[in-house]
Amino acid sequence: MGIDVSRFREAFFDESEEGLATLEAGLLALENGQADEDTLHAVFRAAHSIKGGAATFGFPDIAEVTHHLESLLDQARSGQRRLGSPEINALLSAADCVRQQIDAARAGESVDTATLKPVLSALEGLHEAAPAVAAAGASDRVASASTTASAGVGWRIHFVPEPHLLKTGNDPIGILRELHHLGECQVRCDVAALPGLQELNPEALLLGWDIELTGEIAEAQVREIFEWVEDDCTLQVDPLAPTAEATPQAAAERPEQVASSAAPPKVASASASEQASIRVPVDKVDALINLVGELVITQAAIAQDSSGLDPVANERLLNGLSELERNTRHLQEAVMSVRMMPVGMVFSRFPRMVRDLASKLGKQVRLQMSGEATELDKSLIERLSDPLTHLVRNAVDHGIESPEKRAAAGKPPEGTLSLAARHESGQVLIEISDDGGGLDRERILEKARFNGIIQEDPATDEEIWQLIFEPGFSTAENVTDVSGRGVGMDVVRRNIAALSGRMDISSTPGAGTRLTIRLPLTLAIVDGMQIAVGDQVLVLPLGEVIESMQPRPCDIEGVAGHPRLLRMRGDFVPIVSMRARLGTPGEAPPLTESIAILVEAEGRRIALVVDQLIGQQQAVVKSLSTNFRRIEGIAGATILGDGRVALILDVGDIVRGLRQPQAA
Amino acid sequence: MPHILTVDDSASMRQMVAFTLRDAGFEVSEAEDGSEALSIAENNSFDLVLADVNMPKMDGISLIRKLRTLSNYQYTPLLMLTTESSMERKSEGKEAGATGWIVKPFEPDNLVATIRRVLG
Repeated sequence: MGIDVSRFREAFFDESEEGLATLEAGLLALENGQADEDTLHAVFRAAHSIKGGAATFGFPDIAEVTHHLESLLDQARSGQRRLGSPEINALLSAADCVRQQIDAARAGESVDTATLKPVLSALEGLHEAAPAVAAAGASDRVASASTTASAGVGWRIHFVPEPHLLKTGNDPIGILRELHHLGECQVRCDVAALPGLQELNPEALLLGWDIELTGEIAEAQVREIFEWVEDDCTLQVDPLAPTAEATPQAAAERPEQVASSAAPPKVASASASEQASIRVPVDKVDALINLVGELVITQAAIAQDSSGLDPVANERLLNGLSELERNTRHLQEAVMSVRMMPVGMVFSRFPRMVRDLASKLGKQVRLQMSGEATELDKSLIERLSDPLTHLVRNAVDHGIESPEKRAAAGKPPEGTLSLAARHESGQVLIEISDDGGGLDRERILEKARFNGIIQEDPATDEEIWQLIFEPGFSTAENVTDVSGRGVGMDVVRRNIAALSGRMDISSTPGAGTRLTIRLPLTLAIVDGMQIAVGDQVLVLPLGEVIESMQPRPCDIEGVAGHPRLLRMRGDFVPIVSMRARLGTPGEAPPLTESIAILVEAEGRRIALVVDQLIGQQQAVVKSLSTNFRRIEGIAGATILGDGRVALILDVGDIVRGLRQPQAA
Repeated sequence: MPHILTVDDSASMRQMVAFTLRDAGFEVSEAEDGSEALSIAENNSFDLVLADVNMPKMDGISLIRKLRTLSNYQYTPLLMLTTESSMERKSEGKEAGATGWIVKPFEPDNLVATIRRVLG
């Protein structure tokens, strides 16, 4: 028959990664004294499961490392060992090692022994230094070969089970049948202990057997059959006749008790199913989302076409349509939720990272996390990982001061770094805050002037903080290998902007810095404002819109008759004419008859001038770059209710374009 | 067709066992820990239960102990799936009412052979 176990490897890899995360989080909690007994059990179980899976799915090297992990944890679990910092360190490096091995195994490779050796010997050293522990863990197999006696012509077996044997689910008939498979059997049943029919208790087994088994059979083979019941019976196994010399093939262990790691040929992993959840390839989910998107568009088109119908004559039809609209919306929400994942998936790597970073930098940092269960679209989660990592590194490296500096400033030597996520008005908010020294206003200005980023000093702190996002900006006195070379923050902002997200900074000298990231729940749907420019309809993502107004002459500032700035909400902001930007033919209406929309991106506000506002609608985003190519200033396209295609504007791109000298 | 309940918190292991047994012609139900297994078992009549020992919520040994108290599992083969072959765990399992044990790792074919043997 032969089942190919390789098909379950993918599931094993995924599960091992989850297990490693549990292990790591648990070890860190143990180190911080935030753990209870359950934590230790969970950590042990994680190591144990990975080991079991590794051995089963053909990765003996992974099983070996996890075996060492498990042994040390087992000592801790049974109270024979306290997990101090040498132990935790060794266990964490072993976990890293296992992660490397899993990654390598995914790629069909293996980690060389030179990498593994120091980790293993560290674990072994600790393990052996411990009080004597049952070394049984080292041999998870049944030692049956050692008791193997020589085989002869056969065996005389005296087998008297305890009366309760049936209640263990064991069946003497099955045992006899097994013996029969080994060789010729002469069976005599002893019924002497049976009471009379009236007192007979069918649940009590009161029989005994004497069996003469003939054939060249090892004693171990016979005993193996009784392995499960040997504590529940009287068993004697004697040679039938004077034994001959030992036969070489005597030590035959039963195969099901023996480790085997023969690797079957590779086969693409099948999609795995479980009861509580199923793993589905992302492209299937995306196809579903796409189809629902089409459905939404069709529904919107029908709604638009039917809007002129007589409500009385078409009552049933219109009721049906409104039902359809509601169901479509619910369907869309349900499908979108399939892609939602908790932000904790990204957060989970930080405790370890912060710990390692802090100890490397000689700092004391306590990490607080909240809102890990906040859900966000999978694609956002994946692309959030790098920017967040960068920000957390920055906070530990540049934000939180050394214990000495903190003490001198009258603060506790241990700094606090908080990561928080929550939903707020249809967006996800992620906050990274520290109680460090805060941003240094003067140094930022100095640096910006020096690098030619600014000609004149910005007025507000907010504008100054935004400078750290400029390309090539860095205020770190020493470039460290922790936060890199100051190339990061502009990339971070670009990454967040690419997710239609926004970043804000607030900072108080001596008290710390808070970075707030606002993200949409998903990139597949956008709440949009429809605007008209000439005969074109465009969609502006609502998240970036602050307000819209019809400009009054007194609010317009111009140069040589060309309007350049518009006063909105008390500030003058640059005017961007969408007609000019899109090259719309025809005469533009005067500014005072157009609509100015105040938008904000990358910390800057501009006024987009359009002909008309049409209304708000959810737009299903279709990628332009996959269907056509990327166009600057355009985030994507959508299909309107009437079937026309509308472009979705990328405000971030437009703002960035303004910074180029020619566009100013 | 004999109906088997396989209980393991490791999805890959559970799937492997389930797939192997289904492939061998058994009907298989799955549970991911002892308490889930117990509630499934209470409403069904399985011919054999194969439970991992080390699981969250309710471990395999507690599951076996509880199952044995149910009238329809008094004589049912209840097997432990374990890597801990130390006698301590085994006798703990036996005491709880386990029929026997299967030691991980195992070859799928051997798993089927053992189960066929137990079921007769």
